[in-house]
Amino acid sequence: MHRVLQQPFKTAVLVLVWGWLLLLVLTPNLLVVGASVMTRDPGTFLSLPLNLDSYRQLFDPLYLDVFLNSLYMAAVTTIFCLLIGYPFAWALSGLGKQRQTLLIFLMIVPFWTNSLVRTYALKLLLATNGLINNALMGMGLIDEPLKMLYTEGAVIVGLVYLLLPFMILPLYSVFDDLRQELLMASHDLGAGKLSTFLHVTIPLTLPGVLAGVMLVLLPAMGLFFVADILGGSRNLLVGNVIKNQFLDARDWPFGAAASILLTVAMAVLLLAHRLSQRRLGEEAQT
Amino acid sequence: MSRWLPKIYLTLVYVLLYLPILVLVVFSFNGSRTGYRWGGLSLEWYESLFNNHAMVQAMWNSLWLALAAATVSTIIGALTALALHRYRFRGKRMLRGMLFVVMMSPEIVLAISLLALFLLVGLQLGFVSLLLAHVTFCLPFVVITVMARLSGFDESLPEAARDLGANDFTMTRTVLIPVIMPALLAGWLLGFTLSLDDVVVSTFVSGPSYEILPLRIYSMVRVGLKPEVNALGTLLLLFSLTMLMLSQWILTRSK
Repeated sequence: MHRVLQQPFKTAVLVLVWGWLLLLVLTPNLLVVGASVMTRDPGTFLSLPLNLDSYRQLFDPLYLDVFLNSLYMAAVTTIFCLLIGYPFAWALSGLGKQRQTLLIFLMIVPFWTNSLVRTYALKLLLATNGLINNALMGMGLIDEPLKMLYTEGAVIVGLVYLLLPFMILPLYSVFDDLRQELLMASHDLGAGKLSTFLHVTIPLTLPGVLAGVMLVLLPAMGLFFVADILGGSRNLLVGNVIKNQFLDARDWPFGAAASILLTVAMAVLLLAHRLSQRRLGEEAQT
Repeated sequence: MSRWLPKIYLTLVYVLLYLPILVLVVFSFNGSRTGYRWGGLSLEWYESLFNNHAMVQAMWNSLWLALAAATVSTIIGALTALALHRYRFRGKRMLRGMLFVVMMSPEIVLAISLLALFLLVGLQLGFVSLLLAHVTFCLPFVVITVMARLSGFDESLPEAARDLGANDFTMTRTVLIPVIMPALLAGWLLGFTLSLDDVVVSTFVSGPSYEILPLRIYSMVRVGLKPEVNALGTLLLLFSLTMLMLSQWILTRSK
């Protein structure tokens, strides 16, 4: 009796969700892989024959420069987020529970606020006649306004500003789990503060660091609107290249290959994250 | 000294995080035309915002889209979470894995893959394509919100309901749904906000027939400064703040 009544409900749910994921996640991604090995066509976007030209084009010095520069900016963004976020998460986990809840809430508020509007708000501060320049000149620290807007630095500031919560939240969650007893045990066994930090704190928070890096590094290469608004209209990020190839230049195979590059980067980071968790699990068991 | 250092540091980071937002709010009431200098208190940007017909239309479009996307993704997401929690089935790990990958994927990768699909099947870009795309990226967030609630749930309740003769459907309706209600509301609010905020995916899958707010803002802020955006940003901030507090209130009250 149970079996019979339970099956249709279960089947319906599974068909619905698998159907959605196969149709709107798996198929589209296979299409992108397919597009990347086809030939560019001005009329129909894509045509035969199959070839690897678009992947070769990724190594064209012109684009290689963009990719390396994008990777460099994403790496700098990630390092800044980590440098700000790691001590932040550590300091946060040392506070009382109620205060932690409030501060985490304050960290999530910007995440719920329109990211375009927040990027635009930075423009008010960084512009040539913006607030920072006005303040510095008002104090007599500089005579001429600094050029901050439409530079790579401005784009990095924007990326750090938007992505910092994505670094802090996973870090905070590992610091929150980091059992005080472990730290104390390490201390009792005669380890100094530095030694405890190097041999206990860092390995135990590594999965959080990798999760944070993953959540910051990849979007930092893709958020084209930040580069558009704060960096001027140049191809600064991989995201800008992909967007231009798909929406303006109409070179789909090349845009698809660039997107696959990002997907491969994601796969590598996911793997590293899994490995670090597994290693930690094994160490905890022995 | 060393006791104060962490607190000073935390304060400093929060100041930097909120400074741009504060400036935006203050300048939305600025009467000056140049946008950078203070020209006295004024509501003129709010006025010109609401007189901007295209803008108001885009606002409504975004609101409808977010309502629809949040509702559909909450229904599918909640059912998925229930299935993952209650049933054994083949490919369960793969299903979890796929949802995780969707959540982790850079938005732009999702965006172009969906664009490719829509053009291939000949779907006209507009409300439907936006809805399909938004539901797809909201789905994993709803699933994890509901799963988190279910994992802390007493298993004896559904057992009891079944012993009393309820079938799965009845049990789900009378026992499980009330228990996960707070998570459903929180997931819905999160989906609503994610949809309202999305720029990257929408840039690719929207068409001229259905203009939405983020894209309208994007075209305005690409060059120069538009004080109207300050006013709009302040309203959006107020709106998301309300939504977030509502969601937190629902989640904490139910504990």
